[in-house]
Amino acid sequence: MSNELQKFTDPGLPAHVHRKADSDPKAAKAAEKQVAILFLLSAIGTVMLIGSYIFVKSNKFIYLPILGDTNLQQLLLGVGMAMSLFFIGMGAVHWAKTLMSDTEVIAQRHEMRSEPEDRTDFVETVKEQAALANLGRRTLIKRSLGLSLGLIGLSPLILLRDLGPLPKNQLATTDWAKGTRLLTDPGDRPIKPSDLEVGSVAQVLPALPTGTERTLENIGKDAVLLIRLRPEDFQLSPERLSWTHEGIIAFSKICSHMGCAVALYEQQTKHLLCPCHQSTFDVTRAAKVIFGPAARPLPQLAITVDAEGYLVAQQPFTEPVGPSFWERSS
Amino acid sequence: MKRLSRYRRHKFAGPAVLLAALFTIGTTFSIATALPSQQRMEVSAQTTMVEEGKQIFARGCSSCHGLNAEGGAIAPSLIGVGAASVDFQVGTGRMPMADMSQQAMRKKPVYNEQETAALAAYVASLAPGPASVTNASLTWERDGNVAQGGELFRTNCAMCHNFAAQGGALSNGKYAPTLMDAQPKQIYEAMITGPQSMPKFSNNTITPAEKLSIIKWIKAAQNEPSLGGASLGRVGPVTEGLLVWTLGLGLLIGVAVWLAAKAR
Repeated sequence: MSNELQKFTDPGLPAHVHRKADSDPKAAKAAEKQVAILFLLSAIGTVMLIGSYIFVKSNKFIYLPILGDTNLQQLLLGVGMAMSLFFIGMGAVHWAKTLMSDTEVIAQRHEMRSEPEDRTDFVETVKEQAALANLGRRTLIKRSLGLSLGLIGLSPLILLRDLGPLPKNQLATTDWAKGTRLLTDPGDRPIKPSDLEVGSVAQVLPALPTGTERTLENIGKDAVLLIRLRPEDFQLSPERLSWTHEGIIAFSKICSHMGCAVALYEQQTKHLLCPCHQSTFDVTRAAKVIFGPAARPLPQLAITVDAEGYLVAQQPFTEPVGPSFWERSS
Repeated sequence: MKRLSRYRRHKFAGPAVLLAALFTIGTTFSIATALPSQQRMEVSAQTTMVEEGKQIFARGCSSCHGLNAEGGAIAPSLIGVGAASVDFQVGTGRMPMADMSQQAMRKKPVYNEQETAALAAYVASLAPGPASVTNASLTWERDGNVAQGGELFRTNCAMCHNFAAQGGALSNGKYAPTLMDAQPKQIYEAMITGPQSMPKFSNNTITPAEKLSIIKWIKAAQNEPSLGGASLGRVGPVTEGLLVWTLGLGLLIGVAVWLAAKAR
């Protein structure tokens, strides 16, 4: 056998097979009936839709197998609308397939490019009309038109401004500062160490200067989880231990992986779990990553108490909270 | 008063007032003298309950938790956990644990209400701890605020228990249970005692009034009717997506095949 392709003759188009309805008037009549039934089903659906809206009480529930207790009005509205739209389409398609003309039409493909004479004709017409419009003589019109069109062309460029402004150092800073009180979220009440029992947690936000409103951007960066453990459970460096207060330790709630709120605290294992990608942090070892895709521990907030005995931050976060970004130093 | 003053010179007015005064004094006196004896009865009932609880504890709990609830290798000490913890764990059937799986799960309670109360009284007698509450004592219907409860739930509970209180997975096979069957007192007790993996939410960071709001929100979520019938677990895009990708897409493929089929 050689590798050459064997030549074969063009088989042409397959012979056109006529449908039963084309030759048999009985079949045509049956097809007509089928189409009519489909349209009628659509009509029933619409009547059901309108009727259920008017006559069925909105608080009536019925029991259906599999679905359980279902609101009757919602069910009829849905089924009615589905029927009205679906069967009108099905009827139209069935009509076209069985009864409409089945003559096969061949549409030849042509080149997209226009004929050469049409093209030269077009250029000539444009030139002729431009000359008639006296563009060359009316310089004032020409220039002002140029100005307005040029400015219109500029306007989309200002949309690009919405790509900015650059965040500057906003990604690296939070509202936590030395002496910022920890407030409950929600509630905005300051917290004393005695308010927390061993094994308890509290979601906290920083006290903002009076007159400042808390925005979602604030909350997205500032959210902190407060956990109280027995002090002997900690396995921390002396520096990190000095950041805790009587067994109370505070971590940023924003996951260092993708920024989800890490607040699934397992009281027995003392693990913090991120619900998005299952990164697990060990609270006793300064939120060390023990499982999952997070690359860094959660930033720890140094806390202490102020003169009135309320919990405050010792200092701002020492590193940017949340996921990595391009300009992040570590 | 006018009607009363009309009768004040009636011939029976004097005797009637005397009778009423005597009746009032007598009743007050009897109530006042009865109180101490009632208290005595309560104290003795309390001691019998503790005794009864101790016996139940020795039979049903001590093999793991130790004869004096001091804890063992497989079970924690129960000294100081309080009546609330016992009421929650035993009342929801989590304790006694049937097997040593990852976590105790909700099942049909082994002990009835009276036995649970006795157990709670015994454990509470060991050391002070959070007291148990009753459904009737929690006035969540009157004092709770659903909107506030929703906000608190989303910040404090939703990450584990799901935004619709359906529960969710934790690590190593542990899970946060669904709250669809939880009674108000169980929700309250869970928040103050922190059962199993759940941390405590102390009354100073989430006030008792706020806890009532959370309960009211959970009750609202429990009673939320599903208009469309099957709720698909109310866990959002996972089950809904599965249905659309199988049933919905299957239907579309069927329609496409029918559209392209030639009529005969």
